[in-house]
Amino acid sequence: MSAVPEAVGRETRLRSAQRFLVDNPVVVLIGVLVLLFVLTDVVNRNEAGEPFVTWNQLSTTFLVAAPLGMIAAGQTLVMLTGGVDLSVAFTATAAAFATSWQGGNGTAQGILAGLAVGLGIGLGNGIGVGIFRVNPLIMTLGTSSVTFGLLSIYAGRSFEKVVPGLVSTLGSDRFFDYLPANLIFWGVVAALLILGLRYTGYGRMLYAVGDNEAAARLAGVRVWHVLVLVYVLCGLFSAFGGLLLVGFTNNPDLGLATPYLLQSVAAVVIGGTSIFGGWGSYSGTIVGVLILTVLGSLLTLLDAEEWQRQVIYGSIIIVLTAIYARVSGSE
Amino acid sequence: MAAPAAALEFRGAAPWRRALRLHGWTIAVWLVLLAMVPYWRSLSEGDFKFDVRSLAIDGLPLCFAAMAQAVVVISGGIDLSIGSLMGVINVLSAREMVDMSFRQALAFSLLLIVLTMLASGFTGLVITLTRIPDIVVTLGMLFVWLGVALWIMEIPGGGVPLDFSNLALGDVGSSGIPNATVAVFAALVLVWVPLRWLRPGLAIYAVGSNRNSAYLSGIGVSRTRVGAYLLAGLFTGLGGLSLSASSAIGDPNSGATYTLNSVAAVVLGGVSLLGGVGGLFGVIAAAYVLTLSKIILLLRGTDPNYANVYQGALIILVVILGGLLTRKTRS
Repeated sequence: MSAVPEAVGRETRLRSAQRFLVDNPVVVLIGVLVLLFVLTDVVNRNEAGEPFVTWNQLSTTFLVAAPLGMIAAGQTLVMLTGGVDLSVAFTATAAAFATSWQGGNGTAQGILAGLAVGLGIGLGNGIGVGIFRVNPLIMTLGTSSVTFGLLSIYAGRSFEKVVPGLVSTLGSDRFFDYLPANLIFWGVVAALLILGLRYTGYGRMLYAVGDNEAAARLAGVRVWHVLVLVYVLCGLFSAFGGLLLVGFTNNPDLGLATPYLLQSVAAVVIGGTSIFGGWGSYSGTIVGVLILTVLGSLLTLLDAEEWQRQVIYGSIIIVLTAIYARVSGSE
Repeated sequence: MAAPAAALEFRGAAPWRRALRLHGWTIAVWLVLLAMVPYWRSLSEGDFKFDVRSLAIDGLPLCFAAMAQAVVVISGGIDLSIGSLMGVINVLSAREMVDMSFRQALAFSLLLIVLTMLASGFTGLVITLTRIPDIVVTLGMLFVWLGVALWIMEIPGGGVPLDFSNLALGDVGSSGIPNATVAVFAALVLVWVPLRWLRPGLAIYAVGSNRNSAYLSGIGVSRTRVGAYLLAGLFTGLGGLSLSASSAIGDPNSGATYTLNSVAAVVLGGVSLLGGVGGLFGVIAAAYVLTLSKIILLLRGTDPNYANVYQGALIILVVILGGLLTRKTRS
C-alpha cells in the first residue's frame, strides 16, 4: 500500500476535493456571499463613508430577502422536477391583493383569501402540466397572463385595502431590534423544506421525477400526483411571499412582485439546482437569495438602472447554467 | 417488393387522402378563420375593406413573430426571447428614424434586420456551444433584451417617417389589398418557400424530427440549428419593424405579449412543439385567428382587460387540445 506514489495520492485528494465542491456548491456560494459583502462594504465606505457590514444592515438584508426566499422556495421545488414556474410573481401580487381585500373582515379571513388564490393558481398550473402534459413554461406563462388580466380589472375597482396587523408584523417588524419576524417564519419553512426534501417520500419522489420521469413511472410513482402537488406548493409559497411583501410595503400595487420572477429563477440557478431537474437543494437557493439581495444593494449603491439589473440577472442565469452543466458533466 | 407496391397502391388509390393527412390541419385552420368572418361581419358596422385592412395591420407583428417561432420550433427548439427582441427593434427604429427621410429609414431597416439576425444567431450559437436547453438560454435572453430595450428608451417615444408608416397601413395601389397582407405573404413566398424545398429547409425539418438520425445522415446539426435562429431573426426583425410602422411609436414593453402569442399561434397552426412537423402557411392563419378573436371580443364590448384574460385562457386551451391531438396521432 505504501508503494502508491505521492503524486497519485495528491491527485485523488484534489479530485475528491473537487467532487466535494461539486456536490456541495453551498460551500463555494457562501464564499461568494462573504466576498460580495466585503465588496459592498468597501464600495459603501468609498461612496457614503460608512461601513455596510453592520448588525443593522445584516438584519435589513435578511428582512428584504425573506419574500424572495419564500417565492424561490416554490421555484426550487418546481425546478427539481425539471419545470419552471413563470406565474410566481403575479401569484404573489394576486395573493397580496386578496389579503388586503378581505383583510377588513378579520385577519384569518384575509390570510386565507391570499393563500386560496395561491392554491387556485397553483392547482391550475398543476392540472395543465401534470394531467394535460402542457409544457410548464407555456402553461405558467398562460396562467400568469390570465392572472394579470384579472388583477388589472379588479385592482382598478376601488375597495378598502386593509393589510391585517399580523401580516404587517410578520412582514416588517423586528424583535430585539435586529431579529426580523419574517426571518423566523422563513427559518421554520426552510428547515421543513430541507428536511422534507431529504427525508420524506414525497421529497425523494420529486428528485426521482425530475431525474428520470420514465424511470420514476416504471418504479410505481404516480407522476401526475407529484406534479400537481408541486405546482400547488409553489402557488402557496408564492402566496406566502406575496403576504410578506404586502406586510412590508403595507400597500398592494400591480407591480408589487414583478421583479421577483426573474430573481426567483436566478436565485435557484445560483443555488446550484439543476434547471434540468433532479439535482439541487433549498439550502443552495437560500444562499442564492442572499447573494442576489446583497448584489441588489450593491447595484443600488452604484446607482445602477433597471435595464442594467435586467441584463445582469439574465446573463447570470445563462452563464451559471453553462458553468454548472460543464462542471457537473451532465451533458 | 410488397411494401413499395402497397405504398404505390395507397398513393394511387386516394391521393386526396395523403394530402389531407399531410395538410389537413393547415386547411382546418384556414377554414376556422373563414368561419369566423360572418360572425365578425355581423358584429361590425364598418366598411368591409377598412375592417380587413385593420385586421391585417393588427395581425402583422404577430404573423412575423409566429413565423419566427415556427422556424425555431420546427428545428426542435423554442425561442422565448422573440417578443423582447421585437421590442428592442421597435424602440431602436423609433428612436433613430424620427428625423430620417423615407429612403434613410428603409436603409436603416435593412441594417436593423441584419442586426436582429445576428442577435438571434448569437442566441443559437450560445445554445449549440454550451448545450444548455433552448428554453433556459432564451429565457435569459428574454430579460437581457428587455433590459436593452429599456436602456435604449425608458418611456414610450420616438416616431417613424409617414411614408414608412404607410408601408404597413396602406393598400397596394387602389386594389384594396392591404400592404400588411402582401408583406406577410411576400416573406413567406420569397424566404420560406424556396428554403423549405432546398437543403437548408429540409435539414431544419430533419434536425427537428430526430437530431440523432439527422446527424447520422450527414447533416450538420449545430449549423442547422444556428441557421434556424438566423432565419427566425429575420422574421423577428420584420416583426419589430412592423410594430414601429403600425404604431408609429417606440415602446420598450411593446413586444411583451408576442412571446406567448407566437407560441400559441405555432401550436394552433399545426406545428408540433416536439419539432419537425408543420409549416408556416397554417401558422399565418393561426396568427390571424388569434388576432380576429381579440377583435371580436372588443367588438362585443368586452373590457380590454377581460379580452386579455379570455385570450390567455384560449391559448392554454389551444395548447392543451393541440397536445392531446398530436399525442393521439403520434401513438
